Amino acid sequence: MSGDKVAVHISKELYEKAKKYIEEQGGFESVEELVEFVLGEVLSEEGGEQVFSEEEEEKVKERLRSLGYI
Amino acid sequence: MDERKGKYTTVSIPVTLYNRIKKLIEGTGFTSVSQYVTYVLREIVAAHEEARYEEPFTQEDKERILERLRRLGYL
Amino acid sequence: MVSKPHGGRLVDRVARGRRRELLLDEAKELPRLEVGFDRAVDLEDIAHGVYSPLEGFMVQEDYLHVLYDMRLSTDHPWTIPIVLDADPEELGDVREGDDLALTHRGRVLAVMRVEEIYGWDKREYARMVYKTTDPKHPGVAKIYGMKELLVGGPIDLVDELPNPLERYTLWPAETRVLFRERGWRRIVGFQTRNVPHLGHEYVQKAALTFVDGLFINPLVGWKKPGDYRDEVILAAYEALVKHYYPRNVVVLAALRMNMRYAGPREAIHHAIVRKNFGCTHFIVGRDHAGVGDYYGPYEAWEIFQEFPDLGITPLFIREAFYCRKCGGMVNEKVCPHGDEHRVRISGTKLREMLRRGEKPPKTMMRPEVAEAVMSFDNPFVEA
Ligand SMILES: [Zn+2]
Repeated sequence: MSGDKVAVHISKELYEKAKKYIEEQGGFESVEELVEFVLGEVLSEEGGEQVFSEEEEEKVKERLRSLGYI
Repeated sequence: MDERKGKYTTVSIPVTLYNRIKKLIEGTGFTSVSQYVTYVLREIVAAHEEARYEEPFTQEDKERILERLRRLGYL
Repeated sequence: MVSKPHGGRLVDRVARGRRRELLLDEAKELPRLEVGFDRAVDLEDIAHGVYSPLEGFMVQEDYLHVLYDMRLSTDHPWTIPIVLDADPEELGDVREGDDLALTHRGRVLAVMRVEEIYGWDKREYARMVYKTTDPKHPGVAKIYGMKELLVGGPIDLVDELPNPLERYTLWPAETRVLFRERGWRRIVGFQTRNVPHLGHEYVQKAALTFVDGLFINPLVGWKKPGDYRDEVILAAYEALVKHYYPRNVVVLAALRMNMRYAGPREAIHHAIVRKNFGCTHFIVGRDHAGVGDYYGPYEAWEIFQEFPDLGITPLFIREAFYCRKCGGMVNEKVCPHGDEHRVRISGTKLREMLRRGEKPPKTMMRPEVAEAVMSFDNPFVEA
């Protein structure tokens, strides 16, 4: 799954620390891979919370409003 | 702070991932994907460093400290 | 577990035994730089690991990183520059790479390896660290009064500054051993410069509910006229701990450290320092380390969001007051009643009462604490 890539900037110190983390922790080939993994995790966690469509969420809010909770 | 530009390095991530993160951080106070990546990397690296620390005292240091703590009534 | 020192290693730059003798010998031949009390206190704090991972006064790279990024050049969070100032004339022909003897009142306190001598922009310092260039701000005023050059490099402490509170002083290596001996895993640090009233006690106990131990760590050594004397603060806390805390949940120890009134930045600094003492948590007050109205009331809380890698957890606990309706100490978050039911505790008011020899009401201060304060002929620093 190779495709277009975009560069993000991090400080050299942090890059070195991330490299050290990989060496000690194992499981990743490069800082790139680590960053990709971590961001993926973040997205899947966020995604997990979004079980509602906007429409569904509006329905829930409507009920909360009618009951006086919000 | 132009003089410190040389202190940065780049990490490449897929465009799709970049765009999804960009959307995620909208309105959160993070002003760029780079800033967000820095934040999460710092978090995991620090947690890792935290987990593998051992106190560097020699036995002699520790004895000296314990003795003073006892003398002052802390122990 | 007792927290890891900041930067991963507890610094120890106190020269002992043979090494100390050698350094003292060397110092006789070295050029000297006389430093004031504030810098001598910095020296002592650096040497004893209070400022870990700093091993000396900052070189320019760290200074600029701290100023603009609130981090050391190693990327570790750090918000207050720790710098040594000097005039060109005082430095004479001292060059980078030379050793320098640092004296206080003519006595050699430390030997420094001069890594770098550099200029600095005091207004820029004030703007970044204090968010104001107003010379009326006490921290800014101190900066403006400093000398024209900064000298960076590691230090070795060869002599201790006289310490009238020696028996109350614990250094990070000692508290780390102590916390472990007591079997504490979660320790909350409390920063203070005051005699405790009921509000302080409530905040401490609210935090203590969730952790194993409380580390009460008053800052001492630099009081201005009208402040409580150091001995008074310690005696007052001893009374409070003795009468109102269970055995073995509190460690009370004094710390001689410069107060900088840098508000939010100093809140981070105070947290890092307590992390070095082994604390896992730190209580951050509203307007922590603030002065006048230079900082917003919650700025000292908000700034913590910028440091996911601080390594110590801040606890934001609201100011407490007595509510007659609730019948106890409460805060905004838990009491619904109006101001007419509330007894606000004012530090200034308490100070005035104690000065007049009046015992404050029990809803403000524990009688044992008031008695401890009033047992001193003059509890306040004289002008
Ligand atoms: Zn109430």
